[in-house]
Amino acid sequence: MSVRRLAKEQPASFAFTPESLEKVNFWLAKYPPAKKQSASIPLLWLVQKQEGWVCEPAIRLVARMLEVPVIRILEVATFYTMFMLEPVGRAALIQVCGTTPCALRGANDLLAICQQEFGQKGHMTADGLFTWEEVECLGACCNAPMAAINDYYYEDLTPVTFRQIIADFRAGKSPAPGSYAGRHSSEPAGGAQTLSDPALYDGSKAHRIEKLPNAPEPEPVA
Amino acid sequence: MPGILQDKDRIFTNLYGFKDPYLEGAKQRGAWNATGDILSCGRDWIITNMKNSGLRGRGGAGFNTGLKWSFMPKTVTEGRPHYLVVNADESEPGTCKDREIMRHDPHLFIEGCLIASFAMQAHACYIYIRGEYVREREVMERAVAEAYAAKLIGEDNDFGYPFHLYIHHGGGAYICGEETALLESLEGKKGQPRLKPPFPAGAGLYGCPTTVNNVESIAVVGTILRRGADWFAGFGRPNNTGTKLMCVSGHVNKPCNVEEAMSIPLKQLLEEHCGGVRGGWSNLKAVIPGGSSVPMIPIEQCETALMDFDSLRDLKSGLGTAAVIVMDRSTDLIRAISRISYFYKHESCGQCTPCREGTGWMWRVMERMANGQAEMREIDMLLEVTTQVEGHTICALGDAAAWPIQGLFRHFRPEVEARISSYRTGKPHVQGAALLAAE
Repeated sequence: MSVRRLAKEQPASFAFTPESLEKVNFWLAKYPPAKKQSASIPLLWLVQKQEGWVCEPAIRLVARMLEVPVIRILEVATFYTMFMLEPVGRAALIQVCGTTPCALRGANDLLAICQQEFGQKGHMTADGLFTWEEVECLGACCNAPMAAINDYYYEDLTPVTFRQIIADFRAGKSPAPGSYAGRHSSEPAGGAQTLSDPALYDGSKAHRIEKLPNAPEPEPVA
Repeated sequence: MPGILQDKDRIFTNLYGFKDPYLEGAKQRGAWNATGDILSCGRDWIITNMKNSGLRGRGGAGFNTGLKWSFMPKTVTEGRPHYLVVNADESEPGTCKDREIMRHDPHLFIEGCLIASFAMQAHACYIYIRGEYVREREVMERAVAEAYAAKLIGEDNDFGYPFHLYIHHGGGAYICGEETALLESLEGKKGQPRLKPPFPAGAGLYGCPTTVNNVESIAVVGTILRRGADWFAGFGRPNNTGTKLMCVSGHVNKPCNVEEAMSIPLKQLLEEHCGGVRGGWSNLKAVIPGGSSVPMIPIEQCETALMDFDSLRDLKSGLGTAAVIVMDRSTDLIRAISRISYFYKHESCGQCTPCREGTGWMWRVMERMANGQAEMREIDMLLEVTTQVEGHTICALGDAAAWPIQGLFRHFRPEVEARISSYRTGKPHVQGAALLAAE
């Protein structure tokens, strides 16, 4: 497990914006009224989407909204590593996957680039633009190496394309997520070798099925 | 066509997302076809057919899905509704299949949720998606909204079975892929696994009867019932039937996801679907065949291994999630396993002492072995510690942290020994090595 603490410097207060409040209500509607605590992770995530990170006053507010002791939300905020506990760069939060499948395909080069460009991981750069982290498997192993930047996946990276992406963010642009090796998703490079049968897509699969296989025989009419 | 499975028998026909993932496109490809007829055959019929199909849970443990469903109470008691919870917390290193289902074929998945919930008398289903899958969650939310609007699900849907489907998300914790930790997390708490019993079928989400299934297990349900249990059972070897999404990553020329028949030879999978091992088959060193938790197998065993539960179990490995991580001769295996050990150290929830302390200890020793700084006798000490962690924790994360290390030493012990020896060449007395081990 990892040791995570709240930032030393905290803002005095936190309030949800009206847009965020709308989303709060969207989430609360998903759980039984007596089980509001279920919304703790989604609400903290909304805090992070609004402010970029999760601050202590927000933790207190969420606890009040969910009618649970503050410690119940504090422990959630520190347990789950997706919650950033200190301010992050406003241009990009770069999370490079460093786990073995990505490492086998060159993630260590990407980590070295981050180290070189931004310095120590986990902390905002001095210019306030970037925060970078090494994270554990993000579940896009067929498109390794990859990084999640501001929530979206940038896949099939090379040092060259990764540097270009960083430069784009630095210039205030938002480069498109997805594969940077020309793949559509996780098909083999150079094009899919399967799923080429036109009968799969001509609508014949949508024709009415007269009788399901193994369907029970209808009861004989007495 | 490469591989064994033909296109006409593939379930996930939009695996790569070249077609429309939403309702119109999904219906065109056969989703939501005859769903009402399936439901009208009744709960027992659905469960019997699922059992007959031989579908084993696709989340790694491989328990028969129909059998799992049959453990739910037969009657619903007042105040204790049944729940279906779908585990979309896909975080096992190497695994990236559920992601493709959610962002490219969400309607097959939603349809499966309805049928499975109906079979277990659940009127509400939660899908727990890992927090990092933001794009996937957006697609799912849109697909669920479509299904509500088209009256396929909801309070008064066209099938006459009130059913609600909710998307929930997590916060980036691997441990929440364990079913009871997932339930804790869904209740808004830290994801720390619960002791079993009681099993979720007795007391799960909010203390009510609950079944937790993997995304792939649920998403194949509709197609299995439409095409027949015998059709599905016709692929693979007995006890290992069906089709399976396989994720190949690492040192192959073309890493990819592909749906294949169970029991396809590993070599055929790599050679025909993935463009072969980088530098040719003889350049292969070892393969982790089922996600980072299972022990690796060396090239000799890769020649004959079949991608199914029993074949890989016989090789003292496992099918897991069928996430194949390929490592060629250029790989520093010790370093690769050490990185996996770091992963488990990072993801241990901290509840059980053997795992919380053991994963960190094993990682530190592995790291020194990768550098060659360890002592020879520490190899046996490390192996002994792995057996002390394994089986002594509430959930299987302790086992999962131990197995990759055991797999490494089972097949590549001489390599570690050589690393240690070469580090010591010219350094007759390495001071303080034993002290380093403890800290």
